[in-house]
Amino acid sequence: MEKVFIVGIGATKVREHWNLSLRDLMVKSAIKAINNAGINKQDIKAIYIGNMSSGYLQGQEHLGALLATWLGIAGVSACKVEAACGSGGAAFHQAFLAVASGLYDCVMALGVEKMTDAITSDVTSALIMADDQEYVAFTGASFVALNALIYRAYIKEYGVKQEDIALFAVHDHKYAVNNPYAQYRREIKIEDVMNSPLIADPIHLLECAPIGDGSAAIILCNERFLEKKVSDQEGVIEVLSSVLATDIISLHDRDTYITLNATRVASSKAYKMARIEPKDVNVVEVHDAFTILGVISLEDLGFAERGSGWEIVREGEIEIGGKIPTNTMGGLKARGHPVGATGIYQIFDIVTQLRGEAGKNQVDNAEIGLAQNVGGVGGTVIINILKRVR
Amino acid sequence: MAYTKSVPRIWRERIRKYRLLGGVCNDCGKVFYPSRRFCPRCGSGNVNKVTLPRTGKILYFTVIRNAPTEFKSFEPYILALIELDNGARILAQLTDIDLEEVYEGMPVEAVFRKYKEQGRDGVIEYGIKFRPRE
Repeated sequence: MEKVFIVGIGATKVREHWNLSLRDLMVKSAIKAINNAGINKQDIKAIYIGNMSSGYLQGQEHLGALLATWLGIAGVSACKVEAACGSGGAAFHQAFLAVASGLYDCVMALGVEKMTDAITSDVTSALIMADDQEYVAFTGASFVALNALIYRAYIKEYGVKQEDIALFAVHDHKYAVNNPYAQYRREIKIEDVMNSPLIADPIHLLECAPIGDGSAAIILCNERFLEKKVSDQEGVIEVLSSVLATDIISLHDRDTYITLNATRVASSKAYKMARIEPKDVNVVEVHDAFTILGVISLEDLGFAERGSGWEIVREGEIEIGGKIPTNTMGGLKARGHPVGATGIYQIFDIVTQLRGEAGKNQVDNAEIGLAQNVGGVGGTVIINILKRVR
Repeated sequence: MAYTKSVPRIWRERIRKYRLLGGVCNDCGKVFYPSRRFCPRCGSGNVNKVTLPRTGKILYFTVIRNAPTEFKSFEPYILALIELDNGARILAQLTDIDLEEVYEGMPVEAVFRKYKEQGRDGVIEYGIKFRPRE
């Protein structure tokens, strides 16, 4: 297996991009990543595009050929990769496999979602397609509602106060302030979260990741390409492991709701493949589409005991300077969650930290970072572990 | 709009949906809904079809206040994860109940009700909802 390196990253801000289309967003992040790597666009042999809902929300599929055309490199291998909210991570995983296999020396993983042209209830319809249409979406379930059931199960099992879980949103907002790419660059208080409207009881509006547009892109290559074609040999990141695992798609078929089994499976394989343990990770991005998912993920990734994910949030262990700095660029809640692009934004944020380019949010001497991207209610989880090598 | 508006599409699912046709795994013992060829837990193909009991209790519930477009006019409504008397679990709406009445552990029973309409000129989609049991 070839070693895989990240040599370029690019992203648009996450926001309501009224002036930018789906294709504009893709082209913009792609060019930024290509320039960041200092390579030619013709060097790219394949593109993997993470996207969930372009068909439903934009009436546009066939994103591979669309981007290849608008980037002026038609002929390149390119296609869309879909795994609901985990599409970005899944696209990165495919890009990793393409280089690791030795087939391509340089590829791009790109994530994109254009959500804000649609009204909220249509976005709600789009997102529930992450679950079983016939037996879950049919019931009128929303994606928030499914996470609300997980929330209830967690509270009942561990007797936790909701305020202790909702604190995750406050955490994310604090760090988004210093992230120029973040959708919401302002702090919020726990009272704001608890007083915001209910979306699906007990989940409040400010416990949910927002709707937004965005695209991010990553350039991956093998060692030969790195030495021959990349002029800047500083800040080179190696992908130590990339693992995707699935779980039973719907909650009602599972035996437990308070843990995402796919996170446990994917992360234990990823730690093993990277030859590290959870304690070796310096910075982590967890998929907190809802506050409860952030808390549960800290447990499933091995950073907290079962039932105590909320405690390490409250005790400041996930702050910069804490034991396991988490979502240091704002996470899904405040950096934003353009669904199919999120997994790529997470890699973008981890690389920013490992390169020492995180500004006021810099984690000192960050060497190893982990990103956890979740599709649906844990039906897919992708774990990527990165390390600064130069 | 997604292409969920189709008559054959709901016709195909009629038995599993209207009769609560589930499955039971002869290897690991899991009872599940709907019926299918392989057990979702252990993967075994040694499964039998079983008509599920129409009574059970609420495990967890939520009130949906921001619904998908097709359900917008029903807001707010209660969605519950229900455990049937033989252990099978099913996701369904509650009906004939006020928002304040619902609680975890509440005994419920299945009723045949309307879920949604396929637009103004389309067919009406029915399914099983649950109501409080005396």
